[in-house]
Amino acid sequence: MLKTYRNIATQDTADNMHFNTATSMGLLSCHQCGKLWKGAEQGERCGHCNATLHMRKPDSINRTWALLIAACIMYIPANMMPVMITSTFFESHQDTILSGIIFFWVSGEWGLAAVVFIASFLVPLLKLASLFILVISAQQKSPWRQLERAKLYRMIELIGRWSMLDVFVVSLLVGLVQLQGFAQITAGIGIVAFGAVVVLTMLASISFDPRLIWDTETSHNDAPQIAISEITSTGIAAAQEST
Amino acid sequence: MHEISDLIACEQCDAVFQKLSLANGEIARCTRCGAEMDRNAQQRRNHLLPLTIASLIIFVIANTFPIVEMELQGLHSQTTLIGAVLSLATEGISIVALLVLATTILFPFMQMLILFYLLVPSRNPDNPLGHRPGFSLLIRVMQMLRPWGMVEVFLLGVLVALIKLSNMATIIPGIALWAFCMLTVMLTVVVSFNPRYLWQLEESGQ
Ligand SMILES: [Zn+2]
Ligand SMILES: [Zn+2]
Repeated sequence: MLKTYRNIATQDTADNMHFNTATSMGLLSCHQCGKLWKGAEQGERCGHCNATLHMRKPDSINRTWALLIAACIMYIPANMMPVMITSTFFESHQDTILSGIIFFWVSGEWGLAAVVFIASFLVPLLKLASLFILVISAQQKSPWRQLERAKLYRMIELIGRWSMLDVFVVSLLVGLVQLQGFAQITAGIGIVAFGAVVVLTMLASISFDPRLIWDTETSHNDAPQIAISEITSTGIAAAQEST
Repeated sequence: MHEISDLIACEQCDAVFQKLSLANGEIARCTRCGAEMDRNAQQRRNHLLPLTIASLIIFVIANTFPIVEMELQGLHSQTTLIGAVLSLATEGISIVALLVLATTILFPFMQMLILFYLLVPSRNPDNPLGHRPGFSLLIRVMQMLRPWGMVEVFLLGVLVALIKLSNMATIIPGIALWAFCMLTVMLTVVVSFNPRYLWQLEESGQ
């Protein structure tokens, strides 16, 4: 079911493989339809699907930084302010994200406490930390643990959405518990900040270009420049491995 | 500017590879960063249209009927998804109401409608996918919507809310809860289909 490609690259030692990149070969790839173009300028339109061609996502580092910092600022009210206010006939009770988790924990719902803890507390925190690591190391063109960083990026793309959990929980409780005068749940301002953290971190990871992870100083200077005609005429065979 | 059709570049690390022709269901991964680069989507396509239609029907059911009914000392309360969104909006938290509306109703619905429009066979038997109007724009819209449809997260949210309430009230799951379970399973298949591969299908004229 799975095929792996072999790069049209030279391999000087077993563990030091120089990959030819579209950038080093003077090609631009279309992020919409995947076609590769030679002799195209940045900002030109793809001849197949008409999307704008870019070498890297435009202004990726700056945009990611801006969104990441905004997310960090919102993270504070998201955790300090109440996300939900429960009013009954006798009392009114405010819940923050963390107090909601603690409530599940002390009432013996450990599985649930774990799920909400992971989705609402751990994931946003991990996401902020990971984005910092990614954007700082990319800015310094660091060759440090590139494969792990690429995997980290794919992971935060995958799990980021799950932090929206608390927004949905609060929405449903607000919609459902409207027993006039008897019990009523209203949303607190904290849920706005919390939703903003989730949206901002998702936007930050979307604006980050994972190709920047691989744009190290060495990858541009040392990579052997092979002309395309050479590659195709020598016909370097592509490997087909089945797993 | 001319096309290099025998090479392919990795979307996530920019490494360039010789393009392989893939058999049905095969997936090509980048040896440098491990990202998925290409896949033969012909087979998937046959399941995709019926699944999209079924998802649309289930989606309507999930949003028409109440998700859950609550009973507390003789008082009844029930809500649909739209009802919850409206409660939020009337409380003045309309920005969160908008976020919930977009991620659970609007975006998934748009994704399904666009996919339906792009996949439903055209009258022209030689080129069923055809160059239908707005093809590239709609694929772009789908790519943009992809991270923001969150029906599966919403379902988990429903379950958490129900367990939370079950401590203080009697909870009766509604029809829409089961519909949301089914919708989540189907959308996982439908939405995991990368819209980029529609270009592949368009080219092969299938
Ligand atoms: Zn294109
Ligand atoms: Zn790659």
